[in-house]
Amino acid sequence: MKVILRHPRREVTVGAPTTVDRMLKTLDIVPETVLVIRGSDLLTRDSLLAVDDTVEVRPVISGG
Amino acid sequence: MRCRVCTSRAAVEVRRHNAAFCRDHFIDHVVRQVERTIHEFDMFDHTDRLVIGVSGGKDSLALWDILHRLGYRCEGIYLDLGIDAYSTESGEYIERFVKERDLILRVVDLQDAYGFTIPQAAESTRRSPCSACGLSKRYILNEEALKGGYDALVMGHNLDDEAATLFSNVLNWSVEYLARQKVVLPASDGLVKKVKPLVRVAERETAAYAVLSGIDYEVEECPMVAGNTVNRMKEWMALLEHRSPGVTQHFLGGFYKVGSFDAAPPVLRSCESCGRPTTGERCAFCRLQELATRS
Repeated sequence: MKVILRHPRREVTVGAPTTVDRMLKTLDIVPETVLVIRGSDLLTRDSLLAVDDTVEVRPVISGG
Repeated sequence: MRCRVCTSRAAVEVRRHNAAFCRDHFIDHVVRQVERTIHEFDMFDHTDRLVIGVSGGKDSLALWDILHRLGYRCEGIYLDLGIDAYSTESGEYIERFVKERDLILRVVDLQDAYGFTIPQAAESTRRSPCSACGLSKRYILNEEALKGGYDALVMGHNLDDEAATLFSNVLNWSVEYLARQKVVLPASDGLVKKVKPLVRVAERETAAYAVLSGIDYEVEECPMVAGNTVNRMKEWMALLEHRSPGVTQHFLGGFYKVGSFDAAPPVLRSCESCGRPTTGERCAFCRLQELATRS
């Protein structure tokens, strides 16, 4: 499964099938700091991710 | 995970409310939170002329969209900070947003109007870029709101922004700042009324609202943000929130309930250069502008 990360923008591969929760744990990302987006859908932490999925992990913390 | 309201597939989980929502019910939920905040703090009503400071980011655009949905008369101000491609791109997101909704936007170019950019200000002064930026935004948004005769200046500070600022102020025991950290700052001589209707909406929720409402916003972080103190506080608070959902809201909500910190209000006088309220002979913005424009 392909995961798009930001700041800076880059791509990593994570083993699948898995869940959003496990994927974030694997990447050591605090769930409260990101949205996980597949296509135009937002995914909750129990959503299943398949081998051929591409998801974006979008940070939500920004300076003001 | 299922929507608390209609049981269809959830799009967003709000752990501190022990709830999840589908797209439509999440949007309703956020709009209601903002509406409740506006009423509870008696911020403004439908007869008021409002202006919102927009940056091209998720918070200010989401809030403008919500105020538009709720039927408030709200125009926007974008301050082009001159941070190269980042400022240009941010302005483009705002222009598209405004065009799609037929809204009114005022654009102030920092270089054209005041003779400097944020990178120049950061280089010529000992301030960090974020400090120079914050000072310039506060000063110029107030100026523009006064010039435009608006009833209130609306700011897009969310729950996490305010909680992180509170956290920082408590860690440093900045009593004067704590005394001034309010949801509504009433108008006074030379200062427009300022309101923060997003204080009940977490940063993750404004981002989710923007995505689910089809608002295209600047996702990339400002290239000058490295070392920003508030962001560091937010990262720490996110860890706390992850372990104890709701702790951020309790922290900030408790502060509002406790009331005010008693600090003697500073004695204000008129800035010798611009006439706006200041504690010294010349205000911080005029001093920043002088240094940043010195050739």
